Amino acid sequence: MNEFALLLAATLNAGTVLAIAALGLLINEKAGIVNLGAEGIMLCAAIAGFAAVVHTGNDWVGFLAGAGAGALLASIFGVLVIWLNTNQYATGLALSLFGVGFSAFAGVKYVQEKLPERPNFAIPLLSDIPLVGTAIFKQHPIVYFTVLLAVGIVWFLYRTRSGLVLRSVGESPESAHALGYPVRRIRLLAVVVGGALCGVAGAYLSIIYTPLWVEGMVAGKGWIALALTTFATWRPARVLLGAYLFGGVTMLQFALQSRGVEISEQLLSMLPYVATIVVLALISRNPAWIRVNMPASLGRPFYPNA
Amino acid sequence: MSQTNTPPRLELRGITKRYPAVVANDGVSLVVAPGEIHAVLGENGAGKSTLMKIIYGAVKPDAGEVFFNGEPHLAKNPRESRALGISMVFQHFSLFETLSVAENIWLGLDQSMSLEQVREQIAATASKFGLPLEADRPVHTLSVGERQRVEIMRSLMTHPKLLILDEPTSVLTPQAVEKLFDTLRQLAATGCSILYISHKLDEIRSLCTNCTVLRGGKVTGTVDPRNESNASLSRLMIGAEPPALQHRDATLGDVALSVRDLSLTSEATFGTDLHHVTLDVRGGEIVGIAGVSGNGQQELLAALSGESVRAPRGSVLLFGNDIATKNPQARRAGGLHFIPEERLGRGAVPMHSLAMNGLLTRASDLVKSSFISWVSPSRNAMLARDVISRFNVKAGGSDAAAKSLSGGNLQKYIVGREISVAPKVLIVSQPTWGVDVGAAAQIRGELLKLRDNGCAVLVVSEELDELFELCDRLHVIAKGKLSPSIATREASVELIGEWMSGLWEKVV
Amino acid sequence: MDEWVVGEGRVISLEARPAQSNFWSIASPLLALAITVVIGALIFAAMGKDPIRGLGVFFWEPIKSTYALSELAVKATPLILIALGLAVCFRSNVWNIGAEGQYLIGALFGGGVALTADANTGGWIVVAILVAGVIGGMLWAGLVALLRDRFNANEILVSLMLVYVATYLLTYMVYGPWKDPQGFNFPQSKTFEKATQIPRLIDGLRMNIGLIIALASAALLWVFLFRTFRGYQLQVGGIAPAAARYAGFSSRGALWTALLISGGAAGLAGALEVAGPIGQLTPYVPAGYGFAAIIVAFVGRLHPVGIVFAAILMSMFYIGGELAQSRLGMPKSLTGVFQGLLLFALLACDTLVAYRLRVRT
Repeated sequence: MNEFALLLAATLNAGTVLAIAALGLLINEKAGIVNLGAEGIMLCAAIAGFAAVVHTGNDWVGFLAGAGAGALLASIFGVLVIWLNTNQYATGLALSLFGVGFSAFAGVKYVQEKLPERPNFAIPLLSDIPLVGTAIFKQHPIVYFTVLLAVGIVWFLYRTRSGLVLRSVGESPESAHALGYPVRRIRLLAVVVGGALCGVAGAYLSIIYTPLWVEGMVAGKGWIALALTTFATWRPARVLLGAYLFGGVTMLQFALQSRGVEISEQLLSMLPYVATIVVLALISRNPAWIRVNMPASLGRPFYPNA
Repeated sequence: MSQTNTPPRLELRGITKRYPAVVANDGVSLVVAPGEIHAVLGENGAGKSTLMKIIYGAVKPDAGEVFFNGEPHLAKNPRESRALGISMVFQHFSLFETLSVAENIWLGLDQSMSLEQVREQIAATASKFGLPLEADRPVHTLSVGERQRVEIMRSLMTHPKLLILDEPTSVLTPQAVEKLFDTLRQLAATGCSILYISHKLDEIRSLCTNCTVLRGGKVTGTVDPRNESNASLSRLMIGAEPPALQHRDATLGDVALSVRDLSLTSEATFGTDLHHVTLDVRGGEIVGIAGVSGNGQQELLAALSGESVRAPRGSVLLFGNDIATKNPQARRAGGLHFIPEERLGRGAVPMHSLAMNGLLTRASDLVKSSFISWVSPSRNAMLARDVISRFNVKAGGSDAAAKSLSGGNLQKYIVGREISVAPKVLIVSQPTWGVDVGAAAQIRGELLKLRDNGCAVLVVSEELDELFELCDRLHVIAKGKLSPSIATREASVELIGEWMSGLWEKVV
Repeated sequence: MDEWVVGEGRVISLEARPAQSNFWSIASPLLALAITVVIGALIFAAMGKDPIRGLGVFFWEPIKSTYALSELAVKATPLILIALGLAVCFRSNVWNIGAEGQYLIGALFGGGVALTADANTGGWIVVAILVAGVIGGMLWAGLVALLRDRFNANEILVSLMLVYVATYLLTYMVYGPWKDPQGFNFPQSKTFEKATQIPRLIDGLRMNIGLIIALASAALLWVFLFRTFRGYQLQVGGIAPAAARYAGFSSRGALWTALLISGGAAGLAGALEVAGPIGQLTPYVPAGYGFAAIIVAFVGRLHPVGIVFAAILMSMFYIGGELAQSRLGMPKSLTGVFQGLLLFALLACDTLVAYRLRVRT
């Protein structure tokens, strides 16, 4: 494989983690809930998934464990935020702080573990296409699943009645409630699904991407995923695109290093974070545009009897 | 009950609902016959809304029974109620701004139809009831009247047997009210019963054939409104006739507040731009601005109060001084005070005590100015106590949190806070919105007193009755444009109503 | 109203209180602590450790001797300072969650000044170090304010991203320009000169004047929040933005004030830390104080007095975690678990401030 193909493959790989998590958060936010706990969820799911694979040897059990851990943590967050009306920011933050601590605590035993080598997942014929073939068609199935997921979410949100109900809850929970929709149950469902997807992203990170367990290994990807939903002005297709772009930025540092560019490793490592800040500033510059695209009830509590 | 008699469409027996601070409904009973237009009359806080939510299944009563078509009505939520044929049009609309008309209506229907079928149904219902609507327009592009049409359309498409309307005319021009009444009469003729909630006596007398009056959560009478006078209905509603206001001639002073050709784009997502607004208010007069909400009132008020400082230089003058880009503090220093329509969260900080809330607009009297501006709790409390006693505010003292006061008492506190500085210009938005009759009369009396003492008063209100009662001159705002003014004694409800649709330009 | 049927026809419901409960606003953190302790005991039991001994490590060992108390103060000092600043932010509804980054830049600036000292430098350098720390923290938080003010960029994400940038900046400096040439290639700066050492309060104990500064800051903050008009304006902007606009209080002013105060406080904490207990710049300067201080601020009810107590509690968790590792062979990360649990429990218990539980049959 030549360098370009390698870079492309690595970009898809890195972008996948961000894409799954950001698509999950998109579902939350379409229902009006901001979950700042994404980082914590991904960490806990990463160790849950990793541990599951260590014990069973089966990747899919790992993904299931990651999704389950994500859904569980998200449901705790959801009950606090939706039923007890705790502040969404503070509660999400609590989840992130807890997740950092808990994953480190639970992961101590797994720091030295290695996962078995796996066969690669070449798609016959297509993967034989020179250059692009090796990059795009020799990925883990989850990479393709991510694209399908984005398509599925577009279809769900904009082509089904349930999707319309979800969007309406995020637009005006008061109106949806007045029409008799179970706003809080819908929001909880969205939060749990979003959490499960963040969980899958975390599990992908520790099972496929690295594949290792290291304390704090999510390294801000949960926060970048949160930023991605804003970058994408809450459109699934743009989320996907943004995720791959950021995957590319992450990979750029390695590419530059391998080309022997004389910049210190630490300064290069800042790249994704600096890029997030710059893009966030550029996209948010026009507040009116953000307001029009943002689900109108985002971050606001909903009191059904007020 | 004999076999030949059809059971009443709706019957309530002894409905009681208690909340921690108040008994909202206390043994309420009422009967609605099929095809009847039945009014529920009561002033703010009489328990009308709670009662409707109980009928609609959104709230569970503590005691009492509801019968629908003779059967016990056990709907646990609005969805089940709708399935039974009970539909409701809300006072504050339950629409989704970014979705289209068809999507909004679709969300109010139960599963079975596709969006395409909904579009066809809309067209059919529109022509049947004379309610023109474009199915694919996003709701945020619609006028308030059109939005209400969407709500009503949504109800009609469920083929209701009982339609509940909660204060439906508060957002309509007089002409639109007439159109709405035509639609309702047509609907009632098909056998649908209508529960019409209102506190407007004239409307009830012209539309309804039966009327249940509530006061303090209890039924004070069931009457045929066609045989009643405003005075007799009002006695049932508030226990007395409304106090008459004294309107004296005052001496007109100089121009105090002047708006010169103000054009301004709105900052709000779905706001209204202002176009060439010109306006003068003199000392010793009350000028009113009528209009359906959402026609630029918020934008104009923000430019006048200083909450927005984006107005072009020279477009807002206070005694000849340009204040267009001055902040609210500077405007208050010049004698201009403002009372906003939202009391909790804007006119007062809900969690803060009345004493602390004085600091919002009275800091110049309360804060010791030096290098560091010190706050003095005792001085704050003194001001609050003064306002409480002078304006007869019912509150648990100066330490009571703003949110613990009733709407009427909080409004009296805010009005008192602004009036007790003896402002030279006072701008008031919806002075008595959601306020009980007693407090409303007191607040209107205070505004008149202020005018008699030479203050320039500008009142923005959706209540035509209130404007006609208070004002010397009237303007109308429509689609961000302001009509010329007309002396109140030369104006009629019909004329102002036409102007509310923006039709003054033909005349002038 | 929410209702849960709990069998035998009993219904538990949440009812809004007419006014906030003063009792519960103080009792809620205590109840949250109790819940955390119970869950903690269960964790110890589940891992086959004696829960009493485990809890003793967290709640008794850190206060049982003068030395232990001094260590507690060393940990509490940065937590108090950072949390006080965050309280200003959170009360103004400015969500600065990047105090860790501001703390690191404060440490970097303070450390930079400390590295200029030589054997002849006087004690005045300490003042310069602290001032540099404050400036560094303000600069880093000012960046957040600038991006929010000029570009409308979400301060939560920006402040957090800047934590990572600050961390890499610190590691870059200690791996590169500021690496101690005589340090056997370890990534750390040379040890600071003696003159730069923050004066200690008692000989032989690590507790230093930072504690006095932190406590004085708490008193100052109380005055600022509850007795000055500026403090009042900030808080109105936080809980009722429309009322602040109506009154004419500047929201931009509030944003800048809140971020500069909290950045300055975090930067000061960072400078105190490197010129105090640490004494050099290493990649291990980040200890999570900036994040723990978020919990301190909330558990302390965003109130200066509450924050002092909450910081002491959080320091117990830190020391307890270290002791649990050395004495009981448990992972040090137990600290983080307890911290997170406490905040979670607090948020849940806070429901009782605004609502009451009713059981009906």
